[in-house]
Amino acid sequence: MERELTVVGNRMPMLDAAAKAKGTAQFIDDLVLPGMLHGKILRSPLPHAKILHIDTSKAEKLSGVKGVMTGTDIPDRKYGIVPKAKDEYALAKTKVRYIGDEVAAVCAVDPEIAEEALELIKVDYEELPAVFDPMEAIKEGAPLVHADVQKNISASIRKEFGDVEKAFGESDFIFEDTFYSQAVNHAPLEPHGALAQYDPKGELTIWSSTQIPFFLRRNLSTTLLVPESKLRVIKPKVGGGFGQKVDMFAKDFCACWFAMNIGRPVKFIYDREEVFIGTRQRHPVYLSVKTGLNKEGNILAQQFKAYADGGAYNSTAPVMITLMGFFLMIPYKVPNLLHEGYHVYTNKPVGGAMRGHGIPQARFAVERQLDMIAERMDLDPGEIRIRNSIHAGEPHPAKFVINTCGFVDTVKKAAEGIGWAQKRGKLPFGRGVGMAGGSFPSGVSNMSHISSGAVVQLGREGAVNVLTGAADIGQGAETVIGQIVAEELGVLLEDVRVTAADTGITPLDPGTFGSGVTVRAGNAARLAAISVKNKLFEIVSEKLEASVDDLVAEKRKIYVKGSPDKGMTLSDALKAYQYGDHPMPIVGRGSWMAPTTEPTTLLKENGNFAPNYSFMTQAAEVEVDPQTGRVKLLKMAAAHDCGKMINPLLVEGQLEGSVVGGMGQALYEDVIVEKGQVMNPSFLDYGFPTAMEMPEIEAIEVETIDPLGPFGAKEAGEGTQVSPAPAIVNAIYDAIGIDFMEMPVTPEKILKALEEKKK
Amino acid sequence: MKQEIALNINGDTYELLVSPNQTLLEVLRDNLGLMGTKRGCDLGACGACTVLLKGEAYLSCLMLAMDAVDKEIVTIEGLGGRGNLDPLQSAFVEQGALQCGFCTPGMILTAKAMLSEEDHPTEDIIKKRMAGNLCRCTGYKKVIEALQSVSEQTAEEE
Ligand code: FES
Ligand code: FES
Repeated sequence: MERELTVVGNRMPMLDAAAKAKGTAQFIDDLVLPGMLHGKILRSPLPHAKILHIDTSKAEKLSGVKGVMTGTDIPDRKYGIVPKAKDEYALAKTKVRYIGDEVAAVCAVDPEIAEEALELIKVDYEELPAVFDPMEAIKEGAPLVHADVQKNISASIRKEFGDVEKAFGESDFIFEDTFYSQAVNHAPLEPHGALAQYDPKGELTIWSSTQIPFFLRRNLSTTLLVPESKLRVIKPKVGGGFGQKVDMFAKDFCACWFAMNIGRPVKFIYDREEVFIGTRQRHPVYLSVKTGLNKEGNILAQQFKAYADGGAYNSTAPVMITLMGFFLMIPYKVPNLLHEGYHVYTNKPVGGAMRGHGIPQARFAVERQLDMIAERMDLDPGEIRIRNSIHAGEPHPAKFVINTCGFVDTVKKAAEGIGWAQKRGKLPFGRGVGMAGGSFPSGVSNMSHISSGAVVQLGREGAVNVLTGAADIGQGAETVIGQIVAEELGVLLEDVRVTAADTGITPLDPGTFGSGVTVRAGNAARLAAISVKNKLFEIVSEKLEASVDDLVAEKRKIYVKGSPDKGMTLSDALKAYQYGDHPMPIVGRGSWMAPTTEPTTLLKENGNFAPNYSFMTQAAEVEVDPQTGRVKLLKMAAAHDCGKMINPLLVEGQLEGSVVGGMGQALYEDVIVEKGQVMNPSFLDYGFPTAMEMPEIEAIEVETIDPLGPFGAKEAGEGTQVSPAPAIVNAIYDAIGIDFMEMPVTPEKILKALEEKKK
Repeated sequence: MKQEIALNINGDTYELLVSPNQTLLEVLRDNLGLMGTKRGCDLGACGACTVLLKGEAYLSCLMLAMDAVDKEIVTIEGLGGRGNLDPLQSAFVEQGALQCGFCTPGMILTAKAMLSEEDHPTEDIIKKRMAGNLCRCTGYKKVIEALQSVSEQTAEEE
């Protein structure tokens, strides 16, 4: 680095923070178009049934109703976020598979009339036997959720690294334990919505609360049978997603369908109950882990088995069960691993990507078991983690390329932060500390369609315009990209305007998932900025009689490295550029995908999977009240290696949100389903953490400078979510000496376990 | 039967025709286009729709528009001067107390009411008073810090 960074690395408010605080930021439900109609969706009241007949005649006759559609009206094209796992129609055609499955849609001049019309639609069902538990669903003779999927196993993986049987043979200790990770709803504060408009030329525009505008365009195109060139997806402000807004939903399809067929704009907004039952949730998973170790406590082999309750449809199924296994190979050195994963259909709400995407469930099992192993082998939980850590530059059993790894430091610092040496095993009954580690990929490097583009324009007055496809859903992606560009061009962040996530304007980007945005879209934007800078530097180098390589751009100035007075302002440089008869604006383009010498899906051969990997350890202190069974998380010390922090304020925000989210999963949250019916589909009944439960949070940064990340950055949004929950459950063990194998650890479970322990 | 009412919102009087079951939230958003007030649940459980009535925080999704007659209503649009931010809004912005921003208008108005009623709220009081405003992004830490900094600032000014 030839100079100090001036924009990257600074704590800066998000570019759109003031608009959000003012209430002027526009989310999907804030958009209104002239003549707009309102849509509503009729959902199945039964968990599994054949649709015999739908009578929409009464609904159609209701005054104010402008359209009614059912599954028979739409093309026979299934959709799904993973191309080979498409299994869903926007509206059910012949069969409903869970309570909440979409059956029909109406649109009307106002939402109340649309609601009323839903009640006038008469559906004749023939109820079918249903199945609600994945372990039941895989049995011979269980009802089939999709007739063509035997044993309801819609995706499976069996992948071995090394030779597990041999390694177990050589192990001094072998432990086997089973765990369960429950269903959790993302519960973004903003409900999902879509607004579509059709123009008589045949062009369709849709605003959607999506994390993946370009994938949504593709899914809409294949299901509506409209070419992508005629479809424009625009992402307004999105009020949180956490993975729940990664899929296309009925509201997207139906808004477009009605807009095309009626010629008026149509808006759908889901209500809170629909968000709970009719979108996505974190997969509940039954997990078993068998781990072999030598006397020193080094892991020699691990065998992992997972049955994920997928609910009625696939969504990201094959990806989820695959990631769950692959990322058992970080942050610990597992020389031999056998992963078996199954995605099982049931007649329940649908599982999907949620912050961490399968990995938090796996981490819960592994991190809990590591603590149990440490106890059985009389090792310190911190020590066993350090002993098994992977290290940068070392050969990796699956051939991941780990250029930077701060894991060991995160263990040490988190321990320090929580007071491990003074507290572990030494606190009075009812109080305890626990830790858990984690690691996460910054996007994947195995598929070239996972690449991002960016365009940067520098105008006459030094104003910078960035076009990026990156989808900011509240995490601050646009700000991070703005900072990267400002840094590279040597301007201030306030000089940069970011236009993002509009498939009609901005370059391709896969969207917000897999934690790839900062590295992938950030690198694309950086390349585009470099290209602009190079063009300008050529002219400046003539003026300053210096070589291009010696120039530095910083704070609206360009000067010769080492001699800041030999230079000119950006404004003069731009004048020189124009007087030199070079065309304005200066435009630079960049496209980026992770470079990899051995690109792989890992399914057939080993190789690298991600451009870089973040590492973290969270250490929790809890207090358990033996009278009420209530657990209070007192403090979380969270040490985190996310490479160079582009914006520490935003990184901390990600971390704090993850800690509280993880606390929710460990202690409170559970989507309770009885016979297919979600029993707690409201904020009140679901009960995710409020300000009252907020613990003390200490964010500890372990900075590494990664060679592939923009300015050394790695992901910071998802990895933080993988270890808080197991850290808390591990701390509960330290507090009361009870190993909980499933979440959430509710007061009832604690009281029951304490009672049993007494006996 | 719709009824004619007048509402005083952010200092302006609006004459409106509303039905008796229309909530204040619906009137603000659907009739008046005051979109800063958010609809997170429509059931009184998230706080995103919070507005001030005579300085006190109310959930506009639980309140009938008719019942808001004669009560000075302040929505998020009414805070700060033209284009300016109120100190509370600035604190949220500068201290990173918002991410997606969907909960933010409600948070800010609840906080506004609290700070006008409580002189030097302790962290416990702040947490209690803010417990009705859900946020899924921030983990609340920076929200509480922002409120503390504003309350200290006002204390100093006094
Ligand atoms: S919208 Fe009023 S409390 Fe949620
Ligand atoms: S900032 Fe997203 S819900 Fe609070």
